[in-house]
Amino acid sequence: MVKYLLRRFGFLILTLLITSMVIFAATQLLPGDVARVILGREAGEAALQALREELGLNDPVPVQYGRWLVNFVRGDWGKSYSTKSEIRPLVIGRLRNSLMLAVVILVISVPVAIFLGVVAGLNENKWIDNVVSIASLAVVGLPEFVTGLVLIQIFAFRLRWFPANSSIRPTTSFLEALPMLILPALTATLVLLAYIARLTRAGVIEELKQQYVRTADLKGLPYRVVIFKHVLRNALIPTITVIAISMGWLISGLIVIENVFNYPGLGRLMVFAIDRRDLPLLQAVTMVAVLGFALSNLLADILYAILDPRIRLG
Amino acid sequence: MEQERAVLEVKDLTVAYRIGERWLEAIRDINLSIFCGQIYGLVGESGSGKTTLAMSILNYLGQNGRILKGSIVFDGEEISQYPKEKMRSFWGSKIALVPQNPLSSLNPTLTVGEQVQEVLRLHLKMPEAAARKRVVELFEQVRLAEPQRVARSYPHQISGGMQQRVMIAMALAASPRLLLLDEPTTSLDVTTQASILDLIKELIQGQDMAVLYVTHNLGVVVELCHRVAVLYAGELVEDAPLEEIFRQPLHPYTFGLLKSVPKLGQNKKEQVLSSIPGQIPALAQRGSGCIFQSRCPIALDICAERPPLESIDAKRSSRCFRWQELLRGEIPLEKLFEAEGEALQASIPVQQKSEAAALDAQGIIVEFESHASLFESLARRSSRKVKAVKDVSIRIEAGDTLGLVGESGSGKTSLARAISGLNEPEAGSIRIYGLSAAPKLSKRNRDVLRRLQMVFQNPEEALNPFMTVGESLRRQLFVLQGIRGEEAQRLAEEMVKAVQLPLDVLNRRPNQLSGGEKQRIAIARAFITNPDVVIADEPVSSLDVSVQATILNLINRLQGNFNNGLLFISHNLAIVGYLADQIAVIYLGALMQLCRAVDLFKPPYHPYTEALLSAVPSVELGKKAQTIRLEGELPSPTERIEGCPFHSRCPRKIGEICERQAPPWRVDESTQKRIYCHYTLEELTELQSPILDVGL
Repeated sequence: MVKYLLRRFGFLILTLLITSMVIFAATQLLPGDVARVILGREAGEAALQALREELGLNDPVPVQYGRWLVNFVRGDWGKSYSTKSEIRPLVIGRLRNSLMLAVVILVISVPVAIFLGVVAGLNENKWIDNVVSIASLAVVGLPEFVTGLVLIQIFAFRLRWFPANSSIRPTTSFLEALPMLILPALTATLVLLAYIARLTRAGVIEELKQQYVRTADLKGLPYRVVIFKHVLRNALIPTITVIAISMGWLISGLIVIENVFNYPGLGRLMVFAIDRRDLPLLQAVTMVAVLGFALSNLLADILYAILDPRIRLG
Repeated sequence: MEQERAVLEVKDLTVAYRIGERWLEAIRDINLSIFCGQIYGLVGESGSGKTTLAMSILNYLGQNGRILKGSIVFDGEEISQYPKEKMRSFWGSKIALVPQNPLSSLNPTLTVGEQVQEVLRLHLKMPEAAARKRVVELFEQVRLAEPQRVARSYPHQISGGMQQRVMIAMALAASPRLLLLDEPTTSLDVTTQASILDLIKELIQGQDMAVLYVTHNLGVVVELCHRVAVLYAGELVEDAPLEEIFRQPLHPYTFGLLKSVPKLGQNKKEQVLSSIPGQIPALAQRGSGCIFQSRCPIALDICAERPPLESIDAKRSSRCFRWQELLRGEIPLEKLFEAEGEALQASIPVQQKSEAAALDAQGIIVEFESHASLFESLARRSSRKVKAVKDVSIRIEAGDTLGLVGESGSGKTSLARAISGLNEPEAGSIRIYGLSAAPKLSKRNRDVLRRLQMVFQNPEEALNPFMTVGESLRRQLFVLQGIRGEEAQRLAEEMVKAVQLPLDVLNRRPNQLSGGEKQRIAIARAFITNPDVVIADEPVSSLDVSVQATILNLINRLQGNFNNGLLFISHNLAIVGYLADQIAVIYLGALMQLCRAVDLFKPPYHPYTEALLSAVPSVELGKKAQTIRLEGELPSPTERIEGCPFHSRCPRKIGEICERQAPPWRVDESTQKRIYCHYTLEELTELQSPILDVGL
C-alpha cells in the first residue's frame, strides 16, 4: 500500500514537471517576442531590449524555465500584464469559488446518479432501465448553454427561486453564495449525471455476472444483502474513482457554465487570460488547473487502493 | 444411515434455454435419485448438460433457462417451481454448492473468513464472535494451515487449493442435506486435486448428507463415488454402481469414454489410443433419434428412434437398444473405438537431417522482474527477480518426443517460451541441428523461425479470428518459406487432409469450428512448414476426453511422418507417459528427473515424481498401491531456496542436507534414468514400491 502510494505520488510529481515544461514552452517560448507582446508594436528597440533584460529573456531557456518554476513553487507567481496586480491572490480566490461550486455539484449529482445507475443496472433491459438510459442520454446530448438557459428561464424568471446571475464576490461566504450556486450546479449535474449513472449501471451489470454473486445467492443470503454487501461493494469501485477523477474537470473545466451564469471561477479566469494575452496569469491558472487534475487522479488512486484489497495488499 | 427415502429425486426433468427466438432443450428426461450417505458421480463432457442439471437442482437457472417438464423433489418437497425468494431458505442451509473456480466464486473485496461467517450468522443464527470462532474450527477441519491468518485473508492472497478448501468449509458450514460439487478440482493441480479429493472423502464420511459430484474426469469418479450417471448431450445414457460401470459398461458411449482416457503406463509404442469419432451435437442439432447415433459404431436402423432408459436390474439402467447384446458380450466393443489406422500420407518432403540433435537447449535460465517500478528502474536499483527456469538443459533427437511434466508454477511454459523465443532467456544456448538460434525472437531469421514451431494450449486464442483457415495456413507458408499461389494452396489442402478435416474448412473462420477442430488447425499450421522442432504446450488440456485422444493420435502420427523433434508439455502424467519417449519432470524451474517414458512408472522415482504419480486418479479400479500426498503449498517464486528445491514439501526428506546442499544427479547407466536427489538410486528403490499395480 505504502509502496503503491509512493509510486503514485512519484508519478504525480513527474506529471507536474512535464506539464509545467509544456506550459512554459507554450506560453513563454512560442508566442515569439514576449517583450513585444507586452510593449506593443510601436515600442522602440531600446525599450524592448531593456524589458528583455529585466524579464531575463536573454538567458538560456533552461535557466528561464528553472527560474520560473522555482518562483512558482515559492509562491511568487508574478504580476498580471493586464491588471498589473499580484496574480496569486486572484487565482486563489477563483480557485476557492471553483471548489465551492464543485462541492455543490458533487453533493447534488453523485447520490442521484448512483441511485439511478444502480436501479437501471439491477433492472437491465427492463422499462425502468430504458427510461433512465434514454433520459440521461437525451440530457447529456444537450449543450450546457442550452440546459443552463432553460434552467434560468424556469427557476430564475418563472419561479424566482434562485438568481440568474451568480457573480459572487471574493468576500461572499459559502452560505451566502449557496443560492447562487444551485443553478450552475444543476446544469453541470445534468452533464455529469448521465455519465456517472451509465458507468454505475455498467458496473452493476458486469458484477452481477460474476460467479461470486452466485455464491452469495446460493448461501441463501437475502437479496438486499447480496446487492448491497456483495455486488455494490465491487460495482461502485470504478464509479467512485471516476468521480474523484472528474474533480479536476469540475475545478477548471466549467468554462461554458461559468460564462452562462457569470460565475467567477477558474475557467473564466483562464478565458480572460487568453483574451488579454496575459501570459503570467495564463501560466498560473493552467498550472493550478493541472495541479487540480493531478491531485484528483491521485485521490482516485488512493480511493481505489482503499476500496480494492487486491491493490491495497497486492 | 437412513436409506429409505431419497434426499433428492429428479424425475423426467427437461430444461431448455432460450437461444434467439427458440427454446432448445439442454437436458432431457433426466431421472436421478440420491440417497443419504451416497456420493453420486455425474460424468459428462462439455456440452453434456451436467452443469445445467446441477443448476436446475439448485433451481438457479439464469433468465434464459426454464424447466419445461419434470419434478425435483428434495426431502419429499417439490421445489422445481419455487421462486428464487423461497429457494433462499434452502440454499446454503439445506443444499450447498462447491463450484469449479474458487477464485472467481469468492468476493474479491471481502475476507474469506467474513464470507464463511455469513453462512453461520444467517443459518445458524450465531452471534458474530461465535461465528468467527467457528470459522477457524471449520478451516482447521478442511486442513487449512494457519486458519486464523487465512480467515483474515482476501481471496487473492491464498492459493487455489486453499481457496477451494474455503469453499468447501463454506458449503459444509450449515451441514446441508445435499452437497453439489461442480468440478471442484478441475482448476487445480494434480497434487492439490488429490489432497482435496482426500478431504472431500473424509468430510463426507458419516455425514447425514447426500452428494452429487459433477465431473468430466472419470478417474476422480473412481476415487470418490458410489454410483455413476453418464450424461451425453443432455441425456442420461447410463446409470450404474461404480464397479459395474467400470467393469462392463452397457452403453457404447460409456465404453468409448473409458477407452479414450490414456491410462498411466500406456505408451504410444504399444497401442494407439481409442477415440470416439465426431463431436457432441450442438443444442440445435439434437434430433429425435438416439442422441449418440451419429458417433456410435454399433448403431442400427432402429437407432433413428429414441431408446428409453431401460432398467437392467434393480441397480442399473442403460439408454441403448443393444444393451442385452452388450451384457452378453456379443459385441466386440474393443475393436470399435480403435482409431483409424495410418491414414496419413503427407507428401510434404521430409528433409534429410544431420547427426546433431533436433533441439539442444543448454543451461536455460529465465527470469522475470517482479514489480519493477519506474522509480526502481530510474534509481537503477535491482528489483526482485523471479527465477522461473533455473539452468535447465534438454536435448531432443529427431523423431523423438520429450515430455515435460510439471504443475502450474513449475516453469514448464516459461521454458517453452524461452526456447521458442517468446520470452528472451537470461542465459543459455539453443541449437537446432547444431544451428544456433538467437535468444531474442526478433533476432531470429526466417529459417530459424520455420525450424521451430509452437502449438499453444488454447486454440481459441491462437488463431486469427479474421482469417480463414486457408489464409492462416497459406500465410504461414508465405511468411516462412515464400511459398504462394497454387503450391501454397496444394500444401494447405494436404495439411488439412493430414489433420483429418474436410477440405471445406479452408474457407471457414475459427468461430465456425469446434475447439477440437481449431486445435487441429493450430497443429496443421505448426507442421505445415515441416519444422525441425515442434513445441506443444498443453495442446489437449482444454479439450474433452473423447476429442483429446484423437488429437494425441494425430500429433503422434504427424510427428512420425515428419520425423521432427517434439517437446510435449503437460501436467497430465498419463498423457505425457503415453506420448513421450523421454520424460523430464520439472519443479520450481529445476529438473528433478529425466528418464525414458517406459521407466517413468518403475522405481526408483524422484520423490516429487512419486507424489505426482500417486496423485493421478486412476480410471481403473483398485490399481493404486500406495498414496503419497504433498504437504504445504508451492513456495513463492520470489523465495530463495537453498539446497534441493523440493525440500520444503518432500515426503522423503532426509534432513538438513536437503536444505543446505544442492543434490547430485544420480544416474543409472543402463537406462539413463537421472534423478536429482540426495538419496542414491538404490536407496530410493529400497524405499519405494511401484505405484501402479500393472505388469511393468
